[in-house]
Amino acid sequence: MPEQEPVTVTIDGVEHQVAAGSLLISAAQDNGTYIPRFCWHERMKPVGMCRMCLVEVQGPRGPMLVTSCTTTVADGMVVDSRNQTVKKAQEGVLEFLLANHPLDCPVCDKGGECPLQDQAFSHGPGESRFVEIKRNYEKPIPISDLVLLDRERCILCARCTRFSDEISGDPLIEFQSRGNLTEVNTFPDLPFSSYFSGNTIQICPVGALTSTQYRFRARPWDLVMVESSGQHDTVHPRLSIHASQNQILRFVGVDNDATNHGWMSDKERFGFEYLGSPERVTTPLLRRNGELVEVGWAEALDAVAERIGLVRDDDGGGAFAVIGGAHGTNEDAYALSKFARVVLGTNNIDARLDDSLSSHFLAATVDRALISDLDDADTVLVWGPDLKEEHPTLYLRVRRAAQELGVKLVVVHPRASGLDDRASMKLGYRPGGGFALLDEIAEGMHPEVSAALSAAKVVVLAGQACHADGPRLAESVAAHVRNKAGSARILPLARRGNIFGALDMGLAPDLLPGRVTADDAGRAGLAESWGALPTARGKDTRAMLEGLDSGDIRMLLLVGADPIRDMPDPRQAALALEAAEYVVSIDLFVHDSNREADVILPASAFGEKEGTATNIEGRVQKLNMLSPGPGQTRPDWSILDDLAEHAGRPIGLASAELIAKEVSTVAPAYDGILWDLLEWEARDGAVVPLGGSQSLKHIPVAVKGTKAPSAPLTLHVARTLYDDGVMMRHTATLHRLAPGPVVHLNPEDAKKAGAQDGHVVKVVTKHGEGEFTAVLDAGTPPGVVFVPFNQPGGAPLGTEAVVRVTAVTK
Amino acid sequence: MSTPLVVTKRMMDHPTDSHTMERYEATGGYVQARRALGMTRDELVEEIKASGLLGRGGAAFPAGMKWSFLAPARPSYLVINGDESEPGTFKDRQLLERDPHQMLEGVIITAIANEVHHAFIYIRGEYPKPARRVQAAVDAAYARGYLGSGIFGSGYDLEVTVHLGAGAYICGEETALINSLEGFRGEPRLKPPYFPAAKGLYMQPTIVNNVETVSNLPHILDMGAKAYTELGHVLDTGTFLLSVSGHVNRPGNYELPHGITWRQLIYDIAGGMRDGKELKALIPGGASSPWFVPAIHLEDQITKDVCAEAGSMLGSGAVIVMDETTCMIRAAERVVRFFAHESCGQCTPCREGTTWLEMVLRRIEEGQGRAIDLDLLLDVSDNISVGLAWPPRMTTICPLGPSAVSPILALRDYFRDEVDAHVELGGCPFKRVEAHA
Repeated sequence: MPEQEPVTVTIDGVEHQVAAGSLLISAAQDNGTYIPRFCWHERMKPVGMCRMCLVEVQGPRGPMLVTSCTTTVADGMVVDSRNQTVKKAQEGVLEFLLANHPLDCPVCDKGGECPLQDQAFSHGPGESRFVEIKRNYEKPIPISDLVLLDRERCILCARCTRFSDEISGDPLIEFQSRGNLTEVNTFPDLPFSSYFSGNTIQICPVGALTSTQYRFRARPWDLVMVESSGQHDTVHPRLSIHASQNQILRFVGVDNDATNHGWMSDKERFGFEYLGSPERVTTPLLRRNGELVEVGWAEALDAVAERIGLVRDDDGGGAFAVIGGAHGTNEDAYALSKFARVVLGTNNIDARLDDSLSSHFLAATVDRALISDLDDADTVLVWGPDLKEEHPTLYLRVRRAAQELGVKLVVVHPRASGLDDRASMKLGYRPGGGFALLDEIAEGMHPEVSAALSAAKVVVLAGQACHADGPRLAESVAAHVRNKAGSARILPLARRGNIFGALDMGLAPDLLPGRVTADDAGRAGLAESWGALPTARGKDTRAMLEGLDSGDIRMLLLVGADPIRDMPDPRQAALALEAAEYVVSIDLFVHDSNREADVILPASAFGEKEGTATNIEGRVQKLNMLSPGPGQTRPDWSILDDLAEHAGRPIGLASAELIAKEVSTVAPAYDGILWDLLEWEARDGAVVPLGGSQSLKHIPVAVKGTKAPSAPLTLHVARTLYDDGVMMRHTATLHRLAPGPVVHLNPEDAKKAGAQDGHVVKVVTKHGEGEFTAVLDAGTPPGVVFVPFNQPGGAPLGTEAVVRVTAVTK
Repeated sequence: MSTPLVVTKRMMDHPTDSHTMERYEATGGYVQARRALGMTRDELVEEIKASGLLGRGGAAFPAGMKWSFLAPARPSYLVINGDESEPGTFKDRQLLERDPHQMLEGVIITAIANEVHHAFIYIRGEYPKPARRVQAAVDAAYARGYLGSGIFGSGYDLEVTVHLGAGAYICGEETALINSLEGFRGEPRLKPPYFPAAKGLYMQPTIVNNVETVSNLPHILDMGAKAYTELGHVLDTGTFLLSVSGHVNRPGNYELPHGITWRQLIYDIAGGMRDGKELKALIPGGASSPWFVPAIHLEDQITKDVCAEAGSMLGSGAVIVMDETTCMIRAAERVVRFFAHESCGQCTPCREGTTWLEMVLRRIEEGQGRAIDLDLLLDVSDNISVGLAWPPRMTTICPLGPSAVSPILALRDYFRDEVDAHVELGGCPFKRVEAHA
């Protein structure tokens, strides 16, 4: 849209130049005049309902009271926001709102951070003349597992209902009845089970919506607050950590214009309980006589260092494996990268768990998109996981682009997805049949899709929709779009915490820090800082596990990873961990993959260390520390630096900030990325490479894929937002929301299998089997069977697409 | 006085079957619709402008001017507002029930004039019999090819859908009606930008016209605009349906020319006050309008402009007559209770304010009034309708909130002593024993 000339608006006698087309309330605010409001929210469409923002504007027939939130500025507008008429109107509205509002402040969570309190104080009449009987409701009522509703406190501003309809696409709460009896409520037998319900709690201007997790826990003036970026979603939504007495009590969304606009998923918002879990590993654990015993750091590090020396002397760097590192900060990842190459002498390192796209494509694709590219695209193609489940913050941005900004959305996914209702076109396919569908599109058999992909500006979000797709399909999709579109922008999708930061720091066998290929030229660039680097070709996770199983690899360093539960086909992981000679785990908890480890070293977690992280568009943001972690936990980088010392090969990483400085000098793509920049000029984060150059520029490559399987039923395994991952397992509030061991069947297929809704069925693949509860689901097409991945009580089914389903319950 | 009947002529001449297609065609029906097919949009708009036809739904906006505001985007839609819910109004009911084809022919003419190919007739849910009659008329028109594809053998398509409301007065407000038609809550939209002529039904340009308004159209085309203007007072043209109810001997609907006086209406046409009682107050234009009293207004002419100058409005032509036995506080509370009950709830002053007003009035009526309560009512009213002006300066999204204020103005202007009597007595001096309606 072409830039318009600013217009002149006079507010309370003072002239201002304001952006044409802006709302009066927003323009006033930007120029120092605060107009009180309840229903208006910067990120939602204005509705002019609460009437608190009334101002007087000079019109052709004299002065008029208008709501400034629905009034667009016009050149020459004359506005009074403080005269007698306006003040009376403001006092009137507040008196009306307080008429039926219960005097709950002493017991209301919102007290101290309540817009109604604040504006009653600043703009209200001081006393109410209402002496009648106030409205009563049963209070509070749970409208979901996470949210409680108090209808007496509600001022019917519709922020929550509008958010649910307009932003999240989950219109599960709505106004019911009319007039003075209007109430917000859910529909019968349909709770407010939205993945985004927590946002309504934050934007509610009173204490009508409260969080079951936070209710009665603290007063805002008791809270210590520190800003950071959420790590559950690779968009890294900006948030604020609130704690009291060093215990984290809640996360609150912070508006970052580049990424989350202040919103976050409930997993991000409520998924922090694991940090304070009593089951955290807080002292180093060393296996003695078959048992893990608590020891001091010196003893633990000595034991590991000794083993490192032995293995390296005997068999060299190839006998080591390093798996993990996707959940730490960039500084942690850099330390791990340096440790593997310098101390272990190996390129066997991978932050992916055999469930991601190629490292070069993820880290360094050409034409990488920014999230903001979604906003002015002609077409957006989403071919990958259901964004609502795996990338909820990104889902909100895509939804907004399609709904508000006229972007044509094309969705390709094996079953119903959260974006279908906003899609102009939706194509389905049977798991395993992705390449065949891509061929069809390339041959012109879906002309509307081809037309959409030939538009001037196309953004493609390419990821792995289901395990049966394999890792190369997404890149082939991106390659196809690059050939068709006028100009294409690519956003490769990966979901694990700080995977993009990890890859940028070289946590892949073929990458070195700074988006540099692990070849001779790349090594030469690092030699000055790291010394001589191993030249043997590194192994990825799958190959490392095979090596552990066969004995070629003797020692495994597992950093924040649980392959047995987290890999699509965990058979290899189970065998590998069983066979491994020596396993060292740096982690927060004991879990299935490190239960039999030789050493477990307690690590600091989110909010317990300073550092940076890189999100899905290559944006680096600063993560801040609220307080140190429990017990003797230490950040990964500190453990590795100490371990390197003990192993006689120091890597010189004295502090996280110094690591960031080192990264900025040795990692080409991170030139200029310093903490100072991120804390001052670039508070929304900085996209790398800052200067625009990186040595590795990967052009997406199309490959030929496998044919679609012709079996009657094909298996679609994909993640849901809540599952049995280690962090979720220790977050009770969310863990109980995981779907559990269910299998979604199309009603036709269910009938053929003799299965009814709620009955137990047996699901069998080539590489796994288990008993699951049947859910009849018309959104799962005939011929497709959907099993949510890694659920409590579930069973691994592998990556083969062919599946059989038989009823167990008769 | 003899009055040429226009929209009620057929039903008065043929009381048993005026609603049937046979009678309609036998009395000149569907001739003008055919003529309209041969006229251009401009010709039709100009003819209606020249007739001076004012909307009969209450706002009295010139119909031709409304049509000329239609934005150019297509498709365009026509919505007939049959949500007649203003207390005291029941004239559309009679038109719908007794002469639905007349309205339907008006719909066809309006559609042609506005390039509309789908019209919706929204009838309040509490009118099942009128709705059945309208649906039967629509079905009969379809059967004869007067609706559907190629009406009257022309190339013009027109679909008509009859839709029932679900019991909300606010759905008589045109944008709330449109919301209701689209399946949303019946809540008025913000104007600007959602003026129906620009962004109405499904965000397309839409004409919303009242039942009585379009019922006039076949007659305007038949007699010509000039003759139509000569039927009534020169500024208010044509005839006007008045519903009269309350304490008169002959309540009912009357088709009258503009310009007769209130005295003539009540004492001649409506048969005088029942039981010979004294006239105490009258509501001239439906429950939204400020009240009149005989001492000041009895000799006024019943025209839009005279009513406006007297600080009220003619509205939809609903006259409620109250005699000396009526407690004004009880009457005021009843009207305010209606608006509180019908408030859509979107905006704070109406949602909270109308109920507050209702509660205070009930408290006064039940004997717990305080001396300060009338001033309290007036200040609360001022926070809904700034300056207590008529037409209102709203703090609200639509005029429903300010409408609730009208009875309170009457208490202030004419019946303050009655309020004081309730307070001093600690009860209602009229001591009605029957339960509230």
